[in-house]
Amino acid sequence: MTSASISFAGKTGKAGKKNDRYSAKNGYRKSSKTPWGNPIVYFFSLILVAICVVPVLYIIFGGFRTNAQITNNPAGLPDPWQVQNYIDVIQNAGFWGELVNSLIVAICTMVGVVVLGIMVSFVIARYHFKGSKAMYALFTAGLMFPMTVAITPLYLMIRNLGMANSLLGIILPQIAFGLPQTIVILVPFLQSIPLELEEACLLDGCSRLGFFWRMVIPLAMPGVATCGILQFVGSWNSYMLPLFVLSQENKYTLPLGVQMFSSQHSVDTARVLAFTSLAMLPALIFFTIFQKKIVGGLTGAVKG
Amino acid sequence: MPPKKLGFVRTRINDVRSAMSATNRIAVVPDARLRHNDKEANMKTTKTSKQSSGKGRNRLEILVLSAPAIILFVGFVILPIILGAYYGLYQWKGFGSPSTNGKFVGLQNYIIALKDPNFQAAIGHPLLIMIGSLVIQGPLAVLFALLLNQKFKGRALIRTLIFVPYVVSEVIVGTGWSLLLQKTGAVNQILTSIGLPAVDWLANPKIAIWTLLLIISWKYIGFAVILMLAGLQSIPEELYEAARVDGAGFWQMQKNITLPLLAPTLRIWAFLSMIGSLQLFDLVYIVWGNYVSTTAGVSTMATYMVREGRGAGNYGYGSAVALIIFVISLIIALTYQKFVLNRDLDGALTDGKAKKKFGFKKFKNESSNTQVAASEAVLAASEGEEK
Repeated sequence: MTSASISFAGKTGKAGKKNDRYSAKNGYRKSSKTPWGNPIVYFFSLILVAICVVPVLYIIFGGFRTNAQITNNPAGLPDPWQVQNYIDVIQNAGFWGELVNSLIVAICTMVGVVVLGIMVSFVIARYHFKGSKAMYALFTAGLMFPMTVAITPLYLMIRNLGMANSLLGIILPQIAFGLPQTIVILVPFLQSIPLELEEACLLDGCSRLGFFWRMVIPLAMPGVATCGILQFVGSWNSYMLPLFVLSQENKYTLPLGVQMFSSQHSVDTARVLAFTSLAMLPALIFFTIFQKKIVGGLTGAVKG
Repeated sequence: MPPKKLGFVRTRINDVRSAMSATNRIAVVPDARLRHNDKEANMKTTKTSKQSSGKGRNRLEILVLSAPAIILFVGFVILPIILGAYYGLYQWKGFGSPSTNGKFVGLQNYIIALKDPNFQAAIGHPLLIMIGSLVIQGPLAVLFALLLNQKFKGRALIRTLIFVPYVVSEVIVGTGWSLLLQKTGAVNQILTSIGLPAVDWLANPKIAIWTLLLIISWKYIGFAVILMLAGLQSIPEELYEAARVDGAGFWQMQKNITLPLLAPTLRIWAFLSMIGSLQLFDLVYIVWGNYVSTTAGVSTMATYMVREGRGAGNYGYGSAVALIIFVISLIIALTYQKFVLNRDLDGALTDGKAKKKFGFKKFKNESSNTQVAASEAVLAASEGEEK
């Protein structure tokens, strides 16, 4: 690695960036102007990508192999390709039940956190009253209490409330623990909505709540989308709380299902891999789709 | 989407991002009071112009909008922690109330836990992981972010792909890696095929903790890179141009411009990473299981808590351990904040009085910065996706 070559790559990089800014002003970006990078850049990028993606691909490809293939040649590719494992998993009622449970929990958590979060953030950001700072401090302090430190008493509480073994027993705590993060992202966002907008709204005869409903919610969409994605993925992947709260198999979410399936079928490696790859697919798809949504939402935002 | 819109999108993201960080900074400096006065003035005008909407209605709105969130938060976050501190004083199996069905033992639970060599080991492992992740992931993430900050074809795809391990759940990561790293697994097969000896990655107590560090670094390096990329993009281009005019080389520029200006991002990333390491549970529990993790030398405070608390049915003891974890995390977080994080604010808080007054607030604002940084990372990833 010579510093000269890197320095060259650096220069083209900066030039490209400048170009980009210029073209953005004109509203045009020519993709043909994006330069091909230095081979060294590609080499190292590919190493990083390979490190990140190969283990995931191993899981997906492993599902297309037979157990014999995996035992004889653990690092090989499917030869011939087998779809039977995936078909078995798709026909497995347990998988669909767990998928539905995970979806219910993730969607309810996401909606709950976002709705409650934006309401309380609006109060903290745009109302002037004595307790507002204390309220903000209360929620931001919550960032220092991860669920791990509260899990034991939390579980006892959920059990005493009769919510053990119910999805509600996961959704409510997840909403509560998701609130600090959401509020901390949304409050600065809502504060950056200019006062003039609020005044204009009031002059036009809007109430505070009308302003909230007609202006704040649409303007906050990018922030809301970001929070929503973080909550959805977080809930989809959460393991500790369901592990404590859910003990009946028909209530299991996917992470618990994956663990149960892999311990029940520990000899049937190929099918475990197929199950695992199908379980991670929804979160990956959701993340990819909604990444674009955030950007779409940003186009509608007003200059802060 | 037509190219026209894409360019616009990019500038919008940058606008919003700078607006977000700007307001965040404003919230820390005493200027915030100015803003408040502004607001107050505005409130007065609205009050005089609209006498009908009195204080009562305002209060009702505040109550209706904030009550559900506060009730949930206090009920499910604050209350359990307080209850945990109370349960921790009892020897109690979790049925009925601790005062009737349990036995009051005072601080005995805490003493037992701190004297237990298993728990001492379980405190040591996460600390080792914490330092290891900082040392391994930090430099690598900065280097890769520098690499990916250049404009070249396929960059967007690369940025999306390195985010994949972060989105995949720890359970799946654990399942996948435990198969890959088996004695007769794929990794050992590759090693032997190139003439290296096979390694007992998971069961050997001398190696297991490094294996864990490897898996953790794998899962979170993409997140670190994206965070650093977001930080790099906020460094003004003019600085590099000026340096180039002065004849600075590439590495000189990185050392004198990039690193100092990336420092806030680095500190925030380090904070997130540290808190994450201390709470480590899912991966260890999945890959090693609760009992093997102790013999393999990878047990963490959280796995110890689950094993001795819920696993053994000793809820009083488990709650005491939880409180110890909380205190350890808090001490580390506050120490870090005191000696490292508040450097970022030295410029912002010039008068000493304000500094003292905002002493604790600062930390909160810092943690809010970390959260914004996390959301920025998502935005950055999405930005990459679009290009």
